[in-house]
Amino acid sequence: MYQYKRFSNDNFGFIQKFRNFDYILLICILLLGLISLATMYSTDGGKILFHTKSHFTKLVVFTIMMLIISFINIKYWFSIGYIGYLVVVGLLVWTYLFGITSSGSQRWINLYFINLQPSELMKIFIILCLAKYFHRMKLENVNSIYTILTSLIIILLPMGLVIVQPDLGTSLLIAISGIAVLWFAGINYKYFIYTMLGFLISLPFIIAFLKPYQKLRVLTFLNPDKDPLGAGYQIIQSKIAVGSGGIFGKGFLKGTQSYLEFLPEKHTDFIFTLFSEEFGFVGSAFLLIIYAIIIYRIVAIGASSRSYFAKIFCYSFGAAIFVFITINMSMVLGLLPIVGSPLPIMSYGGSSMLATMIGLGIVMSAKVHNQQLIA
Amino acid sequence: MINSSSDNVKKLNSINRRMFITGSLKFLIMIGIVTRLFSLQIRENKKYLTLSDKNRIREWKLAPVRGEFHDYFGNVVAGNFESYQLHIIPEQVEDFRYVIYRVKDLLELSDKQFKKILKKKNEIKPWETLIVSDNLSWKKFSKINNHLYDLNGVKPVISISRNYPYKENFTHLIGYVSQANQNDIDTTEVIKKNFVPGLKVGKVGLEKSFENELIGSNDIERYEVNAYGRRISQLEFQKGEKGKTLRLTIDTEVQKLTNELLKDKAGSICVMDIYTGEIIAMHSSPSFDPNLFVFGISKDEWQLIRNDPMKPLVNKTLQGNYSPGSTIKPLVALSALENGIINTNFTVKCTGKTEMYGQTYHCWKKKGHGFVSLRNAMKQSCDTYFYEIARRLGVDRLSETAKRFGLGEKVFGDLFSIEKKGLVPNTQWKKNALGQGWLLGETIITGIGQGYIQTTPIQLCLMTAQIGNGGYKIYPQIVVNEKNLVPPADKFTPLFENSKNIRIIQDAMFGSTNEVMGTSYRSRIDNPKYQFAGKTGTSQVKKITEQERELDLKTFEIPYEQRDHALYVAYGPYKNPKYALSIIVEHGGNGSTTAAPMAKKLFKLIIDRDKLRKSINDKKYLEI
Repeated sequence: MYQYKRFSNDNFGFIQKFRNFDYILLICILLLGLISLATMYSTDGGKILFHTKSHFTKLVVFTIMMLIISFINIKYWFSIGYIGYLVVVGLLVWTYLFGITSSGSQRWINLYFINLQPSELMKIFIILCLAKYFHRMKLENVNSIYTILTSLIIILLPMGLVIVQPDLGTSLLIAISGIAVLWFAGINYKYFIYTMLGFLISLPFIIAFLKPYQKLRVLTFLNPDKDPLGAGYQIIQSKIAVGSGGIFGKGFLKGTQSYLEFLPEKHTDFIFTLFSEEFGFVGSAFLLIIYAIIIYRIVAIGASSRSYFAKIFCYSFGAAIFVFITINMSMVLGLLPIVGSPLPIMSYGGSSMLATMIGLGIVMSAKVHNQQLIA
Repeated sequence: MINSSSDNVKKLNSINRRMFITGSLKFLIMIGIVTRLFSLQIRENKKYLTLSDKNRIREWKLAPVRGEFHDYFGNVVAGNFESYQLHIIPEQVEDFRYVIYRVKDLLELSDKQFKKILKKKNEIKPWETLIVSDNLSWKKFSKINNHLYDLNGVKPVISISRNYPYKENFTHLIGYVSQANQNDIDTTEVIKKNFVPGLKVGKVGLEKSFENELIGSNDIERYEVNAYGRRISQLEFQKGEKGKTLRLTIDTEVQKLTNELLKDKAGSICVMDIYTGEIIAMHSSPSFDPNLFVFGISKDEWQLIRNDPMKPLVNKTLQGNYSPGSTIKPLVALSALENGIINTNFTVKCTGKTEMYGQTYHCWKKKGHGFVSLRNAMKQSCDTYFYEIARRLGVDRLSETAKRFGLGEKVFGDLFSIEKKGLVPNTQWKKNALGQGWLLGETIITGIGQGYIQTTPIQLCLMTAQIGNGGYKIYPQIVVNEKNLVPPADKFTPLFENSKNIRIIQDAMFGSTNEVMGTSYRSRIDNPKYQFAGKTGTSQVKKITEQERELDLKTFEIPYEQRDHALYVAYGPYKNPKYALSIIVEHGGNGSTTAAPMAKKLFKLIIDRDKLRKSINDKKYLEI
């Protein structure tokens, strides 16, 4: 008991924190930040214009924020799990009521210095909330009806709020974040299998309920050549861009597809396409390796954490980030239908980067305070 | 506590197990993505590279430079000239309204023209070229150039356009070019291939016939464009090839004379080399200025040409079907000789008219010619004589000879789509075409070139040339055969059974022109250097009634449309024949008074230029 008490001492030395810090992860994040800056510079046509400047500012601010988060004790992050979740749900309600509408969906709230997209934050805060929920639960209680229903409500509430924006893509990503926690918390396999089967069976009905433009996206994914100048345009142009990159790419600032504006949404969802066009297979593989190292470090931090909360948060966050990355890449490579999902850190967009940096900050905090026990 | 710690261990085991499963899944998915990248970027790289180039590279074709027409001596008869044009690219103009009104003032455009330009502007994309004017005078062009400082985005351009320096002289022969329409594109492969907006293509004549050779190939500019089709940078410029220049067999001086002779008349003249078949001149009158069509003819001018009663749009040399009249007589006589119906001693008594099969047939000379032999009958063009030998010969034997000499079929084959075949009737033809039996009376009038028989002026010229050269087959040509293509195997095959018969006909034609009482005696040239032999013809446009015959009206007393066509065919010089010609003047009255005098002037010029023409050939051989 005494031993535990000693280790549960809050006062980690400042030097100790530096020693515990995960420099490999930090370097990878900074490297990714640099790559994303260069790519953003390329989307601006080889000039330092609005997107580059704005991305740079956000990168600096949020990286500093991430470092601050990482030096705050993980205990504290545990304690705000529920409140944080509720605040973001509140923001989503606020969005629903007073949000800013852009290109047909109401996703943002105006904070004067930034247009915040709360649904992006929810991707992280749902993990935080559920991780706290399962932290002290006994394994035999995990599969009780009460637990499952509660966690389902925690997931479905923000999902619903996001779907009405409407933003199917983000709501699915929120669901995936939540489900990742349920998975690691030890919910019985059979539920996952049943859900999967249920989803597959109800797929035709879901499609019937989709909005026309969403239906079009699914159909376009199945056959992009059907309407090459209309709905299939994005996916075809994206594949052309990636495919024409070849082994070494067309060279920095030489991606014709993006320069000549064949590439849609090149700042945000299709940033990987541009990167891949200019740096080719080698560059893309390098980017994938950096992401792989980041995810590996996140998981490793989880594995070395003493507290269950830190562990489950890291594992879930790692899985969620992985899913975000793969969904974005599969989308631009024509393996999945087009759903609006940014590539973490690379894509332009403050809210997404803010969410990712908060998540990474908490992961780093778990590393810095890896001996911290949470009662 | 122990409970709690064992639960913790269980929880840790569970989460670690699931982490392992997740990790494996992540690994597999990662491999999937890398595989996809590999397949897109390495395996299918070529395909996507092509697609990307297709996206970004667009070709612009420029109008090809058309080949020229030169006459036999190398004078340009259809060439190209630099036309001054004014282009505007609307998106490069800051204030389009201001600029276009300024241009309107400077060019003194009418409201109608101005509206047309504005309409054109609305039809094109803002970065495409708007052609404000395609043929500016030098004065206006320089005026624009002086005001360029406040005409931002206006581009004075020097472009190449068709020009016909001899105006109406070559119109029916060469034809003209005008903007290609959908039909031209659909029917002609080479136009489809080289098409650019504003491309001018041949519409009629040789311009159309030799489209494939003349058109040349486009200059091609390759530009990098963005997704909206705007040009970003030029990647390549590929020079096109100018179309082939064609050298004609025509002598411009002779051609000009034919135009002069037929001035204010409707008709046709063609002149041919009797050995090579080279066309020296070929003109149909009235003509019009082909330059009018190059930049689009105005409605008024078009109506003027179209509604002219003398029909300037018809190429009478090739399209005009005329009764040959007496010009057919040499062939009738030849056919009779060849078939042994008559010999030179055969005589007929002409009393001015003759009764056959219950019908009266008149000779042109009311008093009659008395007893006439073949030579005299030809010389004085006695109709009665030819009624008689036609009756004895029969239409089938006559048509055989006529066809052998090129009547009844196209002289230039497929070269001119508009050329008419004429008609050489026989009994079989009438049964097939009209479903009626041949009447003997029809044979009789065929003997003097009336009735069903129809010939084009070029056919008559060919017929005369083949009599002039001693009865050997030739193939007329207009374009100098630069490649020395092998002529058809039957070139120079004899068209006669006995060459003596040809000489008899030649001699009779000589008499007709050069001896007293000959029908064209007044148009003769005594100097043997120019002396020619010919045959007049007067072809009736309508049947002459008994009443009119009694009146015996002079030509000028008959309404224009009812006057006879005047014809003349001839070859010369008689001692050493080189050229043949055919002349037809529509409603010209009488062959001997209207057509034959033209031949006199023509032969003078043709023979004078013969030496020059031959020397061109010699020079050519020397150069080799």
